[in-house]
This record gives sequence, C-alpha cells and structure tokens, in this order.
Amino acid sequence: MPRFSPGDRVTVLDLGKPGHVRIPWFIRHKTGRIERYCGAYPNPEDLAFGRPGLPVIDLYRVHFPQTALWPDYAGAQGDTLEIEVYDHWLEPAGPLT
Amino acid sequence: MTPEPIGYSADAVDPSRPVVEGHEGADYYALMTEALHKILLEKQVLAPADTDRVIAALEAPNVTWGARIVAQAWKDPSYKARLLADGSAAAREMGYTIKEAKLVVVENTAALHNIIVCTLCSCYPRSLLGQPPWWYISKNYRARTVREPRAVLAEFGVAIPPPMEVRVHDSNADMRYLVLPKAPLHTTERPFEDLVRLVTRNMLIGTELVEPYR
Repeated sequence: MPRFSPGDRVTVLDLGKPGHVRIPWFIRHKTGRIERYCGAYPNPEDLAFGRPGLPVIDLYRVHFPQTALWPDYAGAQGDTLEIEVYDHWLEPAGPLT
Repeated sequence: MTPEPIGYSADAVDPSRPVVEGHEGADYYALMTEALHKILLEKQVLAPADTDRVIAALEAPNVTWGARIVAQAWKDPSYKARLLADGSAAAREMGYTIKEAKLVVVENTAALHNIIVCTLCSCYPRSLLGQPPWWYISKNYRARTVREPRAVLAEFGVAIPPPMEVRVHDSNADMRYLVLPKAPLHTTERPFEDLVRLVTRNMLIGTELVEPYR
C-alpha cells in the first residue's frame, strides 16, 4: 500500500547521499503534490553499486509550480514541472496555510 | 600508482568548474570504455559481431514507431484514451514492446504544452524511439529546460502564448515519456500514413509543433 495518494502534499528531503541518486538538487526542500503513483522499483542508489536494490521502493510523480522551485522564475506563473521521486526522499507536508 | 581519474564527475563535485559538453567532458570514461572493449576482444570474451549485434538492436527502434502511435491516437479517440491511461500497453497494441519500466504519454492541448528533459543524464524512450538527439544529452538543454523552458523552446522556434501552461517532465528515474502533439485539423479525413509523416522526433520530445498554437 503506497504511503501517498494523488493530491497529497509532500516535501522532498535532502538525504545528503553521495553517488548515484536520482533526486536533483533543485527539488530538495521543495513542496509539491503527488501526481500519480508509478509502481515500486529497485533502489537505483543500490543498483549503481551492483547490489540488488531490494526491497523495491514506491515511486511517485510529484507536481510543482515552477514558482515554487525558482523564486525568480521568469516564465508564465501557471507553468509547472513534474518529476519522479522515490518514497524515502519524501515526507508529508502540511496543508496550505 | 594509479593516476587520478581526471574526468570523474568533475562538474558535479566542483560547481565552479566550467561545464564541458560531449566526450571531452567524460575523457576518462570514454578512454576506459575503449580500453576495456579492446581487452575483451583480445581475450576473445567478445567477438566484433557481438558488439555489432548490440548496436543493431539499439538502432532498430526509430522515430516512425512513435509517429505511428501518435497517428493512431489522432485517428482513434478510444486508442488515445488507452494511450494516455497506459502508454506501455497501448504501444504493445501497435506491436512495440517498451523495455523500460513504463511509458508515460503526455498530451498537448490548447491550454497545455509538454516538454521532456532528463536533467541527470539522458533518459529517453530508447526501446521505442532509438537514441536521443545530441542536444537532448547536452548539459545546456538539461540544465536550462527545467529552469527556463520557454527560453529553450524559443530557441527551437516554438512560441507558447503566455496564458498556456508549459509543463516540464523531468525523466529522472524509471518512467519514460512521449509527448502526444496536438492534432492538426481534419485528422479523420487524412490517410494514416500522411499523418505518420507529419510527426518528427522533436515533436515527440516537445521541442517542435505540428501547427503553431493560436
């Protein structure tokens, strides 16, 4: 049972891991909402070192307004970005205040 | 003493180092790959035909496969619905096996334009479309598309009117992405093969339009 459902607000963690991580810097500490659940896959952080990457980890697509990622975003205010994030890089975010 | 690998992720480790595009940015790995290949041939672990076979398999998929999926979606609304719900299953219906985890298809509409990038490397639906174009792998495209997509699109000659949303899809992990371009007029009357010929590789990435947005 995946921890998050579409629409849930989540914040991307900064786990400070070196090496082959799939979470780029520009989304760390940023808050978006779950767009969809993608299934569960072997952990690429282990696969990169020839390990089996098990147990598999839930993967989500997370939706961000561009203005949440880049304070000086120069495009249209309604522009967005979607990106895949593994479960262990996410924490629940509170509702919008 | 083993010499230090001079090209090792240098621009990730030291942000002040200038970005170097292409193989010059990965001297160490290019050299190591070539050396390893030569050793494996010399030791007869690999034969030249093995390498040729792998290259042929990598080069078999091509843009036409993606174009046929798009033309089918333009022609048949029920196929389009299945394509958007499950890209891999809909590709299989057309005879194409997606070897990556899942194909996600994103639809351009009058209100939304989609563009695909892999910021971290060069993830691309290779089992469907073959190898990505050179600029898709460039650090310039990868860094700027997430940061200033409209400026990047303008360089491709693509104008997105401001009320429209531009949605960037970062292909950073297991999913692979295909843009379903907005259909031209009269798709029902036009022959299927004519529609296939309209679709270019850049349209499937989101850096070209069939017709300008109005």
